[in-house]
Amino acid sequence: METIISIKPILAITVSALSAFLIAITGEKLRNLRETWSILASILKFLVVVSMLPDILCGKVIEYYLFKITSELILHFRVDALGLFFAMTASFLWIITSFYSIGYMRGLNEHKQTRYFVYFAITLSATMAVAFSANIFTAFVFYEIITIATYPLVAHKETEEAKKGARKYLAYLLSTSVAFQLTAIVFTYCLSGNLYFSKGGLLSSDISSSLLTITFLLYIAGITKAAIMPLHSWLPAAMVAPTPVSALLHAVAVVKTGVFMIIRVVFYIFGVDLLKSLNLGTVLAVVASFTIVAASVIALRQDNLKLRLAYSTVSQLSYIVLGAALLSPSALKGSIFHIVAHAFGKITLFFTAGAIYVATRKTKISELDGIGKRMPLTMASFTVGAVSMIGVPPFAGFISKWYLSVGAIESDELFVLVILAISTILNACYFMPIVYAAFMKESKNNEYNGINEAPILVLIPTVLTAVLTLLIFLYPDLFMKLIMLIVNQTLGG
Amino acid sequence: MNLSEHSSILIVVIPLIASFVNIFLNFLQRKLCYPFFVLVLGICVALSIDILYQVINFGIIRYRLGGWMPPWGIEYVIDHLNAYLLVIVSSMSFIVAIYSKESVKKEIPKSKLPYFYSTYLLLATGLFGITVTGDIFNLYVFLEIASLSAYALVAIGEKRSVLASFHYIIMGTIGACFYLLGVGYIYIITGSLNISDLTRLLPSLYESKVTLTALAFFIVGIGIKIALFPLHRWLPDSYTFAPSAVSAFASATVTKVGIYVLIRISFTLFEPRFLIEMTPLSNILIWWSTIAIFFGSLIAIGQKDFKRTLSYILITEIGYMVFGINIGNKEGFIGAVLHILNDSLMIGCLFMIAGGVFYRIGSRNIEDFKGLNRNMPITMASFTIAALSMIGIPPTAGFFSKWYLIVGAIKAGYLVSTAALIFSSLVNALIFFRILEKIYFTKNDNTFMYNFRELPISMMIPIVITTLAILMIGFYSGEIISSVIRFSLPKGF
Amino acid sequence: METVIGKYNYWIYIALMMIGFYAMIAKRNLVKKIVGMNIFQTAIILFFISTAYKKDATIPILIKSQEVIDPAQYINPLPHVLMLTAIVVMVSTFGVALAVIMMLYNQYKTLDEDEIIEILRKKK
Repeated sequence: METIISIKPILAITVSALSAFLIAITGEKLRNLRETWSILASILKFLVVVSMLPDILCGKVIEYYLFKITSELILHFRVDALGLFFAMTASFLWIITSFYSIGYMRGLNEHKQTRYFVYFAITLSATMAVAFSANIFTAFVFYEIITIATYPLVAHKETEEAKKGARKYLAYLLSTSVAFQLTAIVFTYCLSGNLYFSKGGLLSSDISSSLLTITFLLYIAGITKAAIMPLHSWLPAAMVAPTPVSALLHAVAVVKTGVFMIIRVVFYIFGVDLLKSLNLGTVLAVVASFTIVAASVIALRQDNLKLRLAYSTVSQLSYIVLGAALLSPSALKGSIFHIVAHAFGKITLFFTAGAIYVATRKTKISELDGIGKRMPLTMASFTVGAVSMIGVPPFAGFISKWYLSVGAIESDELFVLVILAISTILNACYFMPIVYAAFMKESKNNEYNGINEAPILVLIPTVLTAVLTLLIFLYPDLFMKLIMLIVNQTLGG
Repeated sequence: MNLSEHSSILIVVIPLIASFVNIFLNFLQRKLCYPFFVLVLGICVALSIDILYQVINFGIIRYRLGGWMPPWGIEYVIDHLNAYLLVIVSSMSFIVAIYSKESVKKEIPKSKLPYFYSTYLLLATGLFGITVTGDIFNLYVFLEIASLSAYALVAIGEKRSVLASFHYIIMGTIGACFYLLGVGYIYIITGSLNISDLTRLLPSLYESKVTLTALAFFIVGIGIKIALFPLHRWLPDSYTFAPSAVSAFASATVTKVGIYVLIRISFTLFEPRFLIEMTPLSNILIWWSTIAIFFGSLIAIGQKDFKRTLSYILITEIGYMVFGINIGNKEGFIGAVLHILNDSLMIGCLFMIAGGVFYRIGSRNIEDFKGLNRNMPITMASFTIAALSMIGIPPTAGFFSKWYLIVGAIKAGYLVSTAALIFSSLVNALIFFRILEKIYFTKNDNTFMYNFRELPISMMIPIVITTLAILMIGFYSGEIISSVIRFSLPKGF
Repeated sequence: METVIGKYNYWIYIALMMIGFYAMIAKRNLVKKIVGMNIFQTAIILFFISTAYKKDATIPILIKSQEVIDPAQYINPLPHVLMLTAIVVMVSTFGVALAVIMMLYNQYKTLDEDEIIEILRKKK
C-alpha cells in the first residue's frame, strides 16, 4: 500500500480546534461573527477531508506522524478508507448541524451559547482524530477528549436534571474507558509489544486463548460509546442535552466513535482469523443481537420522543456491531453502510424532535396528535427518517439491512436473520404510531392553532437530511466504492 | 575557582546560610526579606539544573566534604536519580515561593513573615541535603532538619494547625528514630555509613538477621515519614491546617523525597534481589501499598474539606509510588519515578489552587466552590487540567506515569493492585467531577459574597506555570525516561 | 539465658524504648508524651553508645610514645560522635515540641489531649 506523508489529517483536526478558540474569543456580543466561525470551520473541515478522497480511492494511505511520547505511546495519524469514511460522514453532518444549532439555540434563546459552540467544535476535532488514529493509543487519547468535551454539552441546561444526566453520562463513559479500555490496551501492549492497528490483526494466535478472550471482553466493555447492553444507559440519560447535541453527538460523533473503535478493534487488533478461532465473533454477535431486541422493546414503552429515539439508537448501533461481529465481507459492508445510513436517518429524526420542541415545546409522543397538519414538512421528514430506520426501501436503511442479512447467511449465523426480522417489526411498532398520530389523529383542544413550522434555519437542515436519506438509497455507488475499498483493505482479499 | 564543581555542596549551603541571613535582614531592611528569599531559591534552581546537566553529560558526581576520603569522610553522591529529584524539589520550592508572597499575607501575621521565609529555606535545605548526601547518617540529620522545619511551618497555620503539628512531631520523631535504629544496626554489622561502601559490604551479610532488622526499621521509619497508610495519620491534619503555601510546598516535595530515600535504601544500599527474591519485603510492600491505594481513595470520597480531600489523594499517590518501586520490573520503576515528578506538579498545583480559593472566599469547603468559574476562570481552568491529570486522562502528564504503573503491574501479574490503581483513578474522577460540576454548572445563590476577581498575578503565574507543565511534560515523558530515568534503574531491572 | 544476660545492653535499650513508646502513644497529657519521646530517643542513644563498648578497652586517645597501635584496645569513637549530632537533633526536636505545647496551652488552657479534642468538637 502506498503511503503519502501529508499534513492534511492534522489540518482536518485542527480546523475546528482553531475555530473553538476563535469562537471563545469572539464571544456572545459578536454572535454573528461567532457563528460565522462555526460554519466556516465546518465547511473548511469537510473540504479538507474530501480532498483526501482521491488519494484514498487510489488505494493510498495518508500518514502524519505527530509526536513520539515514549517508545510505545506515539501520537500518529493514518488515514485509510475506513477512517476517511467515518470522517466524511461526521464532518458533512457537522455543516448541517451547525446551521441547525444556530437556529435552535437562537430560537430558544439558550444561555451560554459561546460555551456550547466551543465544545461542539472541540468534540468534532477529537472525532476526526479518532477517525484518523493509527494506533489504539492515539484513538484512546481522543476518545477520552470526546468524553470530556461533550460533558459540558450534555450538562448545558444546568438544571438538576441536566446535571444528573451529565453525571451519569460521564460516569459510564469515563469509568468504563479507564477501567476496561485502558486495561485492555495495556494487555494488548503486554501481549504484543505494539499498539498499532494492523491489517489482519495485531495480536497473534500463539497467546493463551483465555488472555485473548479477557482482552477482547475488556475492549467490548470499555468502548461504552457503542452503547452495547448492559452499558447503554448513559445514552438515554444524555438526552437531557439540547437537541442538536443529541443529534450530532449521539447520532454521529459520540456513538459512531464507539462503533468505529469496535470495528477497529475487531478487525485491526484481533483480526478475523483469531476471532473465528476463539469463537469470539459469535459472542459479540449474540450480545449485539440481544441489545438490538431489548433496546427496541424498551423503546416501545417510552413516551418521551427523544428517549424513544435514544433507545432506537442503542438498538441501531448494535446493527453496526453485529455487522462487524459476523466477520464476513457482506456483513462488514452492511455494517459500514449502516454508519452512514443510520447517521442520516437518526439525525433527521433528532432534528424533527428539536423542531417540534422549538415550535411547540412539546417533548412527549402522546402530545403529538395532529401535529402533522401544522408542521407537514417536519413530520414528513420524520416519516422518512423512521421508515429508513425500519429498513424499508427506498431509503438508506434498507441497503444496510440487506447486506447484513446476506452477511448472516455468508457466515452461517442464521439466528441473526431472525433477530433482524424481529427488530424490523419492533422498529415499525415504535415508529409508525407516531407517524399515524401526527397525521391522522385530531389534535386535542386544537392546541396547535397558530403554530407553524419551526424557524427556517431549523427546518432546512431537517428537510435536507431527509432528502439525503432518500438520495443515499438512490445513489449508493458514491459510498459503495469507498466501502468496497474498506472491505478490501480490512479483510484482505 | 570553578563554581560548577562545587554546586552539589552549594545547593545545601546556600539556602542554609540564607535562612540565617534572612533573620538579620529582617532587622536591617524588612522589605528585602522576600526578594532575597526568592532569589536564593532561584539560585538553587539554577544549581540543580547545572547539576542535572553535569550528571547527564559527565556521569555521576562524587563530592568529598572537606577532602576526606570515603568511607571516613562524608561523601555527596549525585547520580541521575538525585539530580532529577533535585530539579523537581528546587523548582517546586521556587514556584511555591513566588506563590507564597500574596498567599501568606492573609494567613500569617506580618511580623512573622521573615521567620516563615527562614524556616521555608531550612526545609528546602533539609530536602536538598537528603537528596545529595551519600551517607546514611548524614541523611538522618538532613531528614530531621527538614522535618523540624516542617513541624514549625505547619504550626504557623490556622488555629488547629498547632495540634496537627504536635501529632506530626510525635509521629515524625518515631519515624526518624526508627530510621536511626536502622542506621545503628547497619553500622553494627558493617562498621560503615557510606552508601557506596555499604553496597559493597552488605551482600555478604544478607543472611544475617541483623540486616533484615535494619531494613525493616528503615522501611517502617520512612513509611511514617511518607505517610504510607496506615501510618498516615499525621498527614491530613497537617496539610489541611497548614498555610496554603506550606501545604503546596510540603505536599509537592517532602513525601517525594521520602520516596527517593525508600528507593535508595531498597535498591542502592541493598541489591534489588535482597528485597525482591531473598525476603518477602517487596511482596509485603506491594500489598501494603495496594491497601493504601484502596483506603486512601475510599476515605478521600467522604471528605468535605478540599485540602483534606487532596491530602487523602496524596496518600493514595504515595501508595502508587511505593507500589511501582516494589513491582520489581522496569516499567513499574519508571512509572514510580515518573510519578514523583507528575505527582509533585499535580498535587502542588491543586494545593496552590486550594490556597487561591481560600485567599478569595476564605473557605476550603467543597460546597463553596459553586459557580467559581465566573469569578476565577483561569484558576478554574488550571484546576480542570490538574484534575484531569490526577484522574489520568491523556494527554496530561498523569496518564503516562499511570500507564507505566499499570503495564508494570500487569507484566508482573499483580492483578489486584492493577484493580486498585484503576479504582483510585475512578475515585479521583468521582471526586474531581463532583467539584467541577459545582464550579461550572451550579449557580451561586449568595452572590453578594462573591464579588471578587481573579487571583493576584503573583499567585496566578505559579499556578499557570505548573498547569502548563502538567500539560506539556506528558509529551516529554519519553525524553525524560530515556535521558534520566533509564540510568537510575536498579541493577537487573 | 546467655542471650538475655550476655546482651543485656540491648534488652535495656528495648525496655526503655518501649516505655517511651508507650508514653508517646497512650498518655493523654502532652507533656508526658514529650517526656516519652525523650525517653525513646535516649534509648537509641544508649543503644548506639553501648555498641561502641569493648571489654578492657580504653578511650581512643593516641599517646605519642606508643608506637604500635592496636585497634582492639580502643573503644569505637564513631558512635559517640554520631550521638553528639543526634543529641543536637533531639534537643531541637524537644525545643520545637515544647514551643508547640506552649502554643497549645495558650490556645486551649489545657494540656490534656482529650480536653483539647473536646473543645475542638464543641467549636464545630
